[in-house]
Amino acid sequence: MDSKSLIGTYNKKGQKIVDPDYLFFEAPRERHFMTGSEVVREAIKRANVDVSIAYPITPQSEAAAMVGDLYVEGYVGEYFRGENEFAVMSECAGASFGGARVFTTTSGPGTLRAYENFPMWVGSRLPIMLNMMVRGVNSPLSIQPDTLEIGLIIDTGMLIWHAESAQEFFDFLLKGFLVAEEPDVHLPIAVCIDGFFVSHTKDDVLIPSADFVIPPYNPYRNPMPAMDMESPPVRMMRDPFVMKSNYISYATQASWQQETRAACERSRKHTIRLLGGLIEEDNSDAEILIVSSGTAVAQGREAKRLLAEEGIKVGIVKIKTIRPFPYEEVRQATKNAKIIFVPEFNVAGWMAREIKSTIPDNHRVIAGPHVAGGMTMPPEVIVTEIKKVLAKKKETVHG
Amino acid sequence: MSKYSVMKGPEAFLPPAAACEGVVLPDPGQGLIHGEIVHEDLVMEAAARQFLTAKVPTLFPGPLVLWNWNENAAKKAVAIKALYDVLKAHNPGALHIPMPDYRPKYPKINPAIEINPNHPNLTIWHNKIDVCMFVGVHCHMANLSLKIIRGGTDCYTIAMCAQAGHEDAMLTFRDASPDKINRLTETVRRVKASGDF
Repeated sequence: MDSKSLIGTYNKKGQKIVDPDYLFFEAPRERHFMTGSEVVREAIKRANVDVSIAYPITPQSEAAAMVGDLYVEGYVGEYFRGENEFAVMSECAGASFGGARVFTTTSGPGTLRAYENFPMWVGSRLPIMLNMMVRGVNSPLSIQPDTLEIGLIIDTGMLIWHAESAQEFFDFLLKGFLVAEEPDVHLPIAVCIDGFFVSHTKDDVLIPSADFVIPPYNPYRNPMPAMDMESPPVRMMRDPFVMKSNYISYATQASWQQETRAACERSRKHTIRLLGGLIEEDNSDAEILIVSSGTAVAQGREAKRLLAEEGIKVGIVKIKTIRPFPYEEVRQATKNAKIIFVPEFNVAGWMAREIKSTIPDNHRVIAGPHVAGGMTMPPEVIVTEIKKVLAKKKETVHG
Repeated sequence: MSKYSVMKGPEAFLPPAAACEGVVLPDPGQGLIHGEIVHEDLVMEAAARQFLTAKVPTLFPGPLVLWNWNENAAKKAVAIKALYDVLKAHNPGALHIPMPDYRPKYPKINPAIEINPNHPNLTIWHNKIDVCMFVGVHCHMANLSLKIIRGGTDCYTIAMCAQAGHEDAMLTFRDASPDKINRLTETVRRVKASGDF
């Protein structure tokens, strides 16, 4: 049955199934003051989730536990703790193969332990919602905020969205299900937030009534047969033609990978409609730009205000989707910029690399400032970096 | 960058996915011709002309219409058979070859009686198919096949998709229904009667 035909009816919990556009754009919302973990509870309460599986790891443990409460209250169909993160992601795959809407959460080393499953989810076209509350992954151990983890999943083929605030997080979680489950997309989605900065701090969030839910997932719109043991991808895993040494096997595997990348591209159209664009611009005609994602943008915004007090005009470009990357949007938004700063909460600078590979004249990109391992990034650090680079440029010009 | 057109092959050792070259799927009421979004009526006309001028026009029905798993599937199957009958009456060389499942089969399929998404080129080559239409094939498997066909054969591909369409086909319909398939059959009849093809 088409899940749209269920609009106006009620789910098992007694919530009214409404048109997603109504829930996202029209339904009255009330202001709440809550943490990112509580945001997960409120979004999943309205998401008609069939199965949720997780394993505790800081900083996502609290959110996963709250989803457990939702199971007890009847908002989530099935819920259990996996043996570890690898098991969790494999179990999520099983549930998704079987046609369930699946939600899970992870963080840091848990993400890496589960890693093998992510390209498998993609190749199997499983629209699983993965919330990543990102943290440090290096030794010595750090449970603190660090976005290196996002850079490590960038080419798995998953959709990757990065929310700046609790409000965006709430909206991205719900809208993410819709985009990921479109039959022409049908890919897993990682909705990322910066651990602690968003997961554990309280913020104003406007949310609609919990009497409403989005329509359930319809597995019959799947671009592959759901759980057919005689057909790929399940059959392929049991009897892998990719193991055969012949041209046809290689060509099929290559074409398969291309198709999953194509699916990611197709998500642009749906995402632009629901998120209002893949980027957000503020004063982007300025010659100095700060371009980044997540809470680095929030710090950039404050730096912009401090610099404006000194008469230095700065613009902001916020990147909402890491995959698909907004190549054309970033090229357009940065076309007048002379210097582009990319502040990041990691030492690798993966966002700066993305931008450098996207725009012409990429010598304009200054990869930084960087902090990592749980350090905060005071806006003054961004201000200092910008002033330092500007002073150097002035020196060069004047001899 | 020049705009990518989805044309018949053989295109390349590994042709790109059209979506990655900037081709966007149509909205309801629209279709694609060679990657360009056009009104669906134009796709109907273009598909009819391709079928009527082909040496071996072929329908490739997939599991979604081969199995009587819901009322709509059965109606679609009847509509597809009616289209095939019209094509066969026009050209006795027309074929109707199923894609019954998606398993890779060893040592190989019999290309005279079936098509497989992992090596659809074998069926195209064996039967010298120059125009084909996919219908009732799960979207992932259809795109897999359409790219491989474009890469290695000179077959003209049409997709009658029940979801959002296939940019890897040269012509695509979206939201396929029994009515839409019947409309295509009527268009073939009308264009044939006009003699203008």
